[in-house]
Order: sequence, then structure tokens, then C-alpha cells
Amino acid sequence: MPLGYLFAKAFSAEATVLSDIVFRWRNGELFLNTLLLAIGVLTLDILLAMPAAWLTSRTNLRARRFWTVLCVLPLAIPGYVMAYALLALGGNNGIVAQLFPLSARFPRLSGYWGALIALSAYTSPYLFLNLRSALLGLDPSLEEAARSLGHRYREVFFYVILPQLRPAFYASGLLISLHVLGDFGVVSLMRYETFSYALYTEYMLSFEHISAAWLALMLLAFTASLLALEARLLKRMRLHRAGRGTARHLSLVSLGGPGRTAAYFFLSLLGFVTVAIPIGSILFWMGQGDGQITPGLIKGLIGSLSIALPTGALCAVIAVPFAYLNVRHPSRLSDTLGRIAYIVYALPPLAFALSLIFFVLNSMPFIYKTLPVLIYACTLHFLAEAVGPVRSSIYQASPHLEEAARSLGYSSIQAFFRTLFPLLIRGMLTATALVFLATMKELPLTLLLSPAGYETLALNVWSYTTEAMFAEGAPYALVMLLISAAFVGVVLRKQG
Amino acid sequence: MFKHAMTYVLLTALLLFPISGNIDAAEELTLYSGRSKSLVQPLIQQFEKETGITVKVSYGNTTQLAAALMTEGEKSPAALFWAQDAGALGAVSKKGLFAKLPEAIQEKVPANFRHADGSWVATSGRARVLAYSPERITTEQLPKSVFELTQPMWKNRIGWAPRNASFQAFVTAMRMQAGETRAEEWLRGMKENGAKTYAKNTPIIEALAAGEIDIGLPNHYYLLRFKKSNANFPVAQTFFKANDPGNLVNVAGIGILKSSKHQKTALTFVEFLLSAKAQQFFVSEVFEYPVIDGVIPNANLIPLPALLKLVPTFDLNEMDDLEGTLALLRKVGIL
Repeated sequence: MPLGYLFAKAFSAEATVLSDIVFRWRNGELFLNTLLLAIGVLTLDILLAMPAAWLTSRTNLRARRFWTVLCVLPLAIPGYVMAYALLALGGNNGIVAQLFPLSARFPRLSGYWGALIALSAYTSPYLFLNLRSALLGLDPSLEEAARSLGHRYREVFFYVILPQLRPAFYASGLLISLHVLGDFGVVSLMRYETFSYALYTEYMLSFEHISAAWLALMLLAFTASLLALEARLLKRMRLHRAGRGTARHLSLVSLGGPGRTAAYFFLSLLGFVTVAIPIGSILFWMGQGDGQITPGLIKGLIGSLSIALPTGALCAVIAVPFAYLNVRHPSRLSDTLGRIAYIVYALPPLAFALSLIFFVLNSMPFIYKTLPVLIYACTLHFLAEAVGPVRSSIYQASPHLEEAARSLGYSSIQAFFRTLFPLLIRGMLTATALVFLATMKELPLTLLLSPAGYETLALNVWSYTTEAMFAEGAPYALVMLLISAAFVGVVLRKQG
Repeated sequence: MFKHAMTYVLLTALLLFPISGNIDAAEELTLYSGRSKSLVQPLIQQFEKETGITVKVSYGNTTQLAAALMTEGEKSPAALFWAQDAGALGAVSKKGLFAKLPEAIQEKVPANFRHADGSWVATSGRARVLAYSPERITTEQLPKSVFELTQPMWKNRIGWAPRNASFQAFVTAMRMQAGETRAEEWLRGMKENGAKTYAKNTPIIEALAAGEIDIGLPNHYYLLRFKKSNANFPVAQTFFKANDPGNLVNVAGIGILKSSKHQKTALTFVEFLLSAKAQQFFVSEVFEYPVIDGVIPNANLIPLPALLKLVPTFDLNEMDDLEGTLALLRKVGIL
């Protein structure tokens, strides 16, 4: 439906508009920039998230839950806040220069490296959470078999463990690429020009959105080719236990003294850059304010939670049939269904929101601008984030379990709930956490579809920072972070 | 396992609770505000307190709200559209969605500050200024005209925000006043002079403070907000010489949607925004220029009559040509 809206817009264009905006040389240049950035972010994310995920799930480090929350937390920081925070550090008047007047001038981030660091910092949790959930669900018998054949742990890791993590890599790689493609907040503040520059310029400045529709379709075509690539890579993958018996609990790798020190150092450094720096900047801004706690905090908090909680739960539930059909009954139809989630995710939010406005007003005007419509929109939009973790869990569960249950006389639905569903809980919890965090900071859909007078924390953060009132916006950002941390902590506790 | 399933079922069921819809009380207004909540909420609360009318506000980005209004058409729940810039108001007005405002309202503001067809009025003024680093530039060095910025002495020292609506309004003003060719020359000259592109106004001010650039072209009020939390903030600003296009004053303005059933109530709100009390609020709290006389000036702002002497003169009704400006910016390779 939103696609039809885009096509209708696109084909009302005039030829001159096309040559001026759509098929011009500069778009190719912007596209190349985007590609370079996406490759950089993916590489850096793997270097950061892979060791972090392994350390927090498979080793005997202390306080693993604390480190896990720390690694997930950057997801709760809106991209533009992350960029503002990193930018605020350097330069003549930067926070570093103000706190340590004698220090040599600390450089100010910008351009490719600035965009790379800020985007990697806030997208790494996608990879981290997907990998962690997959690592926890691995069947140890394969590793044990490899070890018993005399292979070292390093070899086991590269030849046995890594290949089993492929679905998690692909799902999060796709999400991260789409984030880089769609991001405007970070790249514009870091002054690195990507394809979204062209797109946002059209959406922000013109009211008719005809050329914007063309650019959006170009973006979707690129997304579709990424999806096709992923589908090829996932074809005929089988990762579940083949033999008889059930998987034992995972054994933890015990790290020696130096390894442990290195591990703590790595995690601390990661936490420092991705969490401590943004929180530090937020606290610094708060310190510049008059210290009054605004009464809007509670209203914003309730508003945010009433969207993020149901959206998180709904996405995790809806992702199950999507992922199930995709893995267990691969067909052209189930493939298409699976990809729709990603296509909707890649749609520019404004185009998505406007098409929903059009649709709702012309079919059910009485529900326009009500909370359920907003939650429905967020659920559709964020579904893609939930599919990955759930799908990874299904890959790890053996279809023989359901078959056995069926042979004992259970109906297929009963068999699903008795055998597969309990094995999906871990993936569903990861999905809920991801979607919850994403919805907490959601802005474009909330702005256009929420009931008049509705408030969220993210809306307040945006409203203050956009007017350069950082001190006033800081408490909202801080509450957003704290609630997100608490929620992720609770979810992880359930996950074990 | 069962417990987990129940949690999900319960959370999902929460959605089915009926949530209060659009109950249409007589004394209730829906306002689409492109002006930030952080700026105008106290004023709206004041209005509610004085009149007993409830104002339900959808805050958002001015352009996106205009796009939403055009998609909604006659079915829009909005009674009022309060926009950050004249371009968006013009676009909504062109679609015929605004009702004509009474003469009495229009006459309250100077002719510079309203549209000829009476579909909207300005509520406050936002000036374009020259911001600079007083540490690195002396007052004698300051350019007298925006056209001087293409000189070699400013190479790689300038910051601007070509995607910003206020900047584009300024380019439109330059085209109208100095002509298409001169505007194009200026844009090319700025590009060759290595003008750095920023996302919007705030980052220009921050980059000036950080030493990334020495001179920039933002709106006037952002710096005043930085100075509020830090009086020693190392940036200053000034105007160009009188009648320079670099001194353009953009407006924030409001119009009443024709489709609304609350025309009279909506008018009370517009009248309120043009009252001395509300105008004083814009001047003292939001650091913007008033659109009526008789407001006590803010020490950081020059008085309204002085400002009106500085602004560029040209035919205001030609300011609608945003598309022409966008085409020019694309041609030069800036967008």
C-alpha cells in the first residue's frame, strides 16, 4: 500500500524533473559515499560486537549481565544525540577543553571518520544482540566433537562456531546496512554526504514529494538487491541438531589472567566510547541548566512506554509466523512475505506516514490520530528488527521435534506450542528488546501519527536540541537511557 | 514457558483497550505546530488558562506538517497551522486550505509581515545575521555586505546551511533583489571559496565556537540561547549594511484551516498571538522580533523600527518562488 503511494507519486513526474534530480551524476557520487560508509560501519561493528558477544556469553567473565547491558545501551541513544555528544567533545570550546584547560587541543570529529564512529557506536548493538542470542542457543555437541578430534579452541571457533552464526550475521548486517542507508541525523551533523542527503533534501524542502518518491524507489531497489543477496546466502542452510538426544547446557571458556585483563579492558573501552561519552555529554549539558526537573518528564515517559511496550511485544509475536514460514516452508510466497518486512523498514518514514494518513483518512477516519494506529504503524515499521533473532532461533531448533509431537497425535498448532515455541523464547526476548529500544527513540512516525497533544521522551529531546536548548533537553535523554537500560536488564534476566 | 506466552498475550491484549478518540468538545482546538514545543508551550498554556479553551497540539517539522495537511485535505482535524517559515504557509495557502483572515487582524501587522491574500499573518520575526568569532576576526575586518564573502580573505573560513529553509528564503530574496545572474555568481563564488556545509543553524554556531570556521550565516536567535546558558560563549553576531539581502527577516506565521468547524475559537488564538502579552513573550523568552509596536525591547535585540530599516526591500509576493531557488542550488551543485 505505501509502495503504491510511492509509485503513484513517482509516475506523476515530468521528464525534466527526472533528469535534474533523479538521474544526475551527483547521485552516483552520493551512492558511492554511502557504500563506503556502510562497508566501514559493518567492518567496525564486527570487530566490536563479535568479541563482545563471545566474551559476555561464552566465557567466565564476572558481571556478564552488566557488560551485556552496557553493549546494548548505545541503541537507546538517538543517532543525532550521539553525533552532538561526540561533536561537543573536541575543538576550542569543546567539553575536553573546558574540563582540562591545559590539555592540548582535542580534535573535533567530522566527515567520514566522524560518521563512521557515531554510526558504528549506535548500530553495533544490533549485531551484538543477534550474535549473543545465537551463541547462547548453540548446540555444544559439535564443539565437543571437534575438540575431541584434537582441534584447538581457536580452530573450533573459526570452523565450527562462526559458520553457525551466519543467520545472525546476515540479519543484523542487513539491519545495519539499512540504517546507514537511511540515516540522516548522524551524517548531516558529521558533514558526510550520503544518498539520504538527496532524499531528505527533497522531503524536507518540497511539498509535493514527486522527485523524493523517485529517490525513495531507488533506495528500495537497492534494499531489494541486498535482500536477494541474503536469501541466496541463507538457501538450504541447516543448523539444527541432527542426531538423537538433546543439547546440554553450554560450558563456559575460562580465560586465564592476561586474557581476562584484556577482556575487561576491551569491554571498558567499548563502553567508554559508546556509552560513557554520550552520557558524559548529557550530564555536562544538564549541569549548564537551572537544575529544575520539568513536570513533562513523567508525561513523556508514560507516552513513550505506551508505544514502545506494545510495539516490542507485538513485533516479537508477529515475527514468529514470518520467520517460521521462511525457514520451515521456503517458497516464493514465504520469501516475499519475509522480505516485505525489510522493504517497509527501508521506506523513508515520512513516505510511510503520509501513505498511512491517506489510507486511514479514506477508509476509517474515526481512528485517525489514535494510539492504536500509531502502534500499528510502529509495529509494521520495526517488524524487520524482530524477524532476525526469531529466525536464528528457528534455525537452531530441529524440525524433528515437531514431527515427533505430530506423530504422538498433537495437531500442528499444539505441536508448535509444545515443542518449538519454548525454544523461540530467547529469540523473541531479543526481538522485544531491539524493537523496544528502537521505538523509544522513534520520531517521524510519532510526530505525524500520534494523537494531538501526545508526548514522548524522544519528542522532547528533539524539540529542545533542535532549538539549541541542550541543557533543557538533557534530562529527557537521560531518563530515556535509564529506562532503556532497566528494560534491557529485565529482558536479559529472563533470557538467562 | 506458559508464563512467557501469557506475558505476550497480555501485552497484546492491552492494545484492544479503547483509547479516548476525538471527542469533540465545543471549546477545543487542534493546532499543528511547526514551532517547537520547547519554545511555545508556556504561551499555549497561558492561552488555555485565560480562555478555558483546550489546545491540543501536534508538534512537528514545519514542512512535514504542511505535507500532512495537504494529504489530509478537507478531512484534516487541524483548526490552525503555526509554521516556522513563510514557504510552508505559502504552499498550504496555494492549495486553498486556509480561510481568509478578517481585515482587523491583518492590519495589526506591518505589510512586510503578512501575505497579500490575507490567508496567514506573521507572529514573530527571525532575522538572518552574520555570526563570527571575535577571537579571530576584528570588527574592522567584518564584511559590510554578504556579497563580500566570496573574497579570497574568507577562503575556507565560512560555514553555511544550504538545506535550511531560512537560508533558502535568503537566497530567494537575493535573487529577487539582485537578480538571477548575480545570485548564481555569488553561490558559485561561495562554493569555490570553500564554504563548509552544516546540517542547520545550531551546528554553525557550535563550529564557530570550536574553531572549525571563523564566520557563518545563521538565524539570529540560536546564539542568544547559547549565551543564556554560558555568557562567555565565544561567538558574536551582527547585521550587514542596510538593505543587504543578508539581513532578510523571515517570519513564523499562522493560518486558520478552512475545513475546521471552530473558526471563531481559532480566531481567538490568532488574536492572542498578536496581543502585546504574547508578543512580549516572543521577545523576552524566545529572543525573536515582535510584529507589533509597543513591546519592551530585549537588550540583545535591536528595536523593531531599527530592524525594519536594515531589511532588504523587494516585492514580497515574489518570495513564493522556492522551486526556483532549489533549482538554482542544484544547478550550482550545492544541493
